[in-house]
Amino acid sequence: MQAIIDQYQTAILEAAEHRTPLQICGGGTKHFYGNSVTGKNINVLDATAYHGIIDYEPTELVITARVGTRLADLEAALDQKGQMLAFEPPYFGAAATLGGCVAAGLSGPRRAAVGAVRDFVLGIRLLNGKGEDLHFGGQVMKNVAGYDVSRLMVGSMGTLGVLLEVSLKVLPKPPVEITVCMQLDEAMAIEKMNQWAGKPLPISATCYVDGELFFRFSGAESAVRAAQVKLGGEELADGGVFWKSVREQTHDFFQSAKPLRRLSIKSTVPPLSLPGKQLMEWNGGLRWLVCYENVDAETIRRVAKDAGGHATLFRSNESRHHVFHPLDPDMMKVHRALKEKFDPSGIFNPGRLYPEL
Amino acid sequence: MPSQELVQNLRSFLPPEAVLYETEDLKPYECDGLSAYRQLPMMVVLPQSEEQIIKILQLCYATKTPVVARGAGTGLSGGALPHAEGVLLSLAKLKQIIEIDPLARTARVQPGVRNLAISEAVKPYGLYYAPDPSSQIACSIGGNVAENSGGVHCLKYGLTVHNILKLRVLTIAGECLEIGGESLDSAGYDLLALLTGSEGMLGIVTEITVKLIPIPEKAQLVMAAFDDVLKAGNAVANVIGAGIIPAGMEMMDKITIHAVEEFLHAGYDLDAEAILLCESDGSTEEVADEIKRIYAIMQQSGATKISASQNEAERLRFWAGRKAAFPAAGRVSPDYYCMDGTIPRKHLADVLRGIEKLSQEYGLRCMNVFHAGDGNLHPLILYDANQPGELERTEEFGGKILEMCIHAGGTITGEHGVGMEKINQMCSQFKTGELEMFHAVKAAFDPDGLLNPGKAVPTLRRCAELGAMHVHRGEEKFPELPRF
Repeated sequence: MQAIIDQYQTAILEAAEHRTPLQICGGGTKHFYGNSVTGKNINVLDATAYHGIIDYEPTELVITARVGTRLADLEAALDQKGQMLAFEPPYFGAAATLGGCVAAGLSGPRRAAVGAVRDFVLGIRLLNGKGEDLHFGGQVMKNVAGYDVSRLMVGSMGTLGVLLEVSLKVLPKPPVEITVCMQLDEAMAIEKMNQWAGKPLPISATCYVDGELFFRFSGAESAVRAAQVKLGGEELADGGVFWKSVREQTHDFFQSAKPLRRLSIKSTVPPLSLPGKQLMEWNGGLRWLVCYENVDAETIRRVAKDAGGHATLFRSNESRHHVFHPLDPDMMKVHRALKEKFDPSGIFNPGRLYPEL
Repeated sequence: MPSQELVQNLRSFLPPEAVLYETEDLKPYECDGLSAYRQLPMMVVLPQSEEQIIKILQLCYATKTPVVARGAGTGLSGGALPHAEGVLLSLAKLKQIIEIDPLARTARVQPGVRNLAISEAVKPYGLYYAPDPSSQIACSIGGNVAENSGGVHCLKYGLTVHNILKLRVLTIAGECLEIGGESLDSAGYDLLALLTGSEGMLGIVTEITVKLIPIPEKAQLVMAAFDDVLKAGNAVANVIGAGIIPAGMEMMDKITIHAVEEFLHAGYDLDAEAILLCESDGSTEEVADEIKRIYAIMQQSGATKISASQNEAERLRFWAGRKAAFPAAGRVSPDYYCMDGTIPRKHLADVLRGIEKLSQEYGLRCMNVFHAGDGNLHPLILYDANQPGELERTEEFGGKILEMCIHAGGTITGEHGVGMEKINQMCSQFKTGELEMFHAVKAAFDPDGLLNPGKAVPTLRRCAELGAMHVHRGEEKFPELPRF
């Protein structure tokens, strides 16, 4: 495996010398997400070559794996011990890797209840723009030695370095999960989801689509059944299938040729008046929007910002150069300074996150 | 003494009592919770608003004056130790809870607000702020952000980084950054994570939006005594292996049990080599199930005595002993020195044996309390600062414990921060490349190095001077040679 790291280092040093972009690729399942890499003479760095689980200690709740490890293999290993990646990362394809999952920083239905990818990252090994092999964080739950560079990598879209290894906190799978559904109007659904989230109930996921509110209880049989009695609703026979369709965006809602936008906002904001259809997750904190008519990006971003969050053009068939919410000038200054420190020659995925990075 | 000009400039927008520079006024600020390190600052300023802080920072930036931020001053690593030529920026007067949004389960607070004050303010809504460092009655939320503080419930509920949504941060140049958002994620790099635990080195936090969670319906505690530390460690693994994430999982060793029992009469078994406290919380049904399972696991793991709290008073009494471990140390010894290493729990027995050996070598007693669920070890070295040389021996002993934690694949600090105290051990935990990246991150925010200079990340020169014995990730140079 060291030979692969040596190859990566050589590729980095060559790219740095010629200042040519290196496009870091995992399983390629999230190519659709983010901006296109910009620049001439782009070389691809295949991160799938560096794969395999390095260490897994179920009783320590920690797994360490190389970035090329397929998410499916990782989850299968956890499943054998009754554990899981609690943030339910979307795969968007069987080839999805750990590295892509961390670089994209996307989390699934359980996010509002237990946390996001970044909340479960404990440590990282990476190559910076000088090809230096560096370790940050570790394999323990609590660690405040040095700045939290590990979590900084989550969602950085490969613009700060080539990730090599990641240590994640894992959690036991809940013994019982049931999904319940009830019909409500949108405003009432938002209120209910937030009210319930403030009560000690074992709700692990929520979704509102087509006038129906779905919620999932996870935990001990007794707790789940008691919650069901409290909240009512109709039990779904195949809840697992439903949540997978939300997580992987195979649900009917997502089947559209129109652009899909992701609005991450304050969960209690009342229904957004934007033309098109919406699907809500995370107690209303995540709103997926498919616009039927043309609404300019500015309008959508303003709505998201006023709602305490940000908007991303998640899927689109058009060319992609400004899909993420623009940063204020002072924030961009800090971003550029960090990028310059990690990747002084500007070779890692240029433009993928922002044209300036 | 500060220059007349600086004093005049500060007084143009701060009242006289908020600009201190006479020695007797500076004295209360000479140390934080780690009183072994003391230094008088050049001056202390006590602003009351963000606008005032911006002006202070602009002045310091223009005159290249170091700035050390301080919250409640309860930190245990000397992170708020003043700089002799610097301004100590106290945020203690910014103690307003600005807004509580019960439906969104958030609170917007100023940095000087006490940790516990947040939970008290939101209690009527059935909510609380989860991270509960043992100093929560006094420590400020701004300090918690600076250190990424945890507490006894963080295996289940997370650290500060998991429980905040948004920060308003001022750079040393006085620019305001809004980091994070009211949403669960934000655009760009995760600066919220980077700033959390950055020990006042990157910016000054002026406002924090924290997440609140529902108060569990019920909490119950199992107390189990063991005749062997290893068995207690295995019991922890067995609980987690059975798919249980306890709300709290604490271990105390024999010397601690005796110290606190004498002090408090919590009902601990004095014959035990180790006691485990394992808490379950959640709905009434869930807790009843879980406590039954935990009880059975403790039995199977060879506990010599087990009891489950029968009511809230008993639960609090069981906890009282653990929570009194530090004061108990203060009672059995004139001084104590608290360490904060974290290790993968499987190495617990080895590390405890190592500590015992060192304890004999140095002739200093050591109490061990342990956040067992997450591997965070707090050895309390008992010493007497009035005995010449004893503090130095204590520091050396502590340093060796931290080296052992690194060897075991752990870290030198789980939740107290590096500060001034563990700066030398950073040279052991990290290689040159990583330390250079840390300095680079600092420079991205604070190119002149004015914020809390000399803390958290050692200079490469310091490491080189400390030097020869560079241990990294268990790879020691010349492993065949004995080391003393």
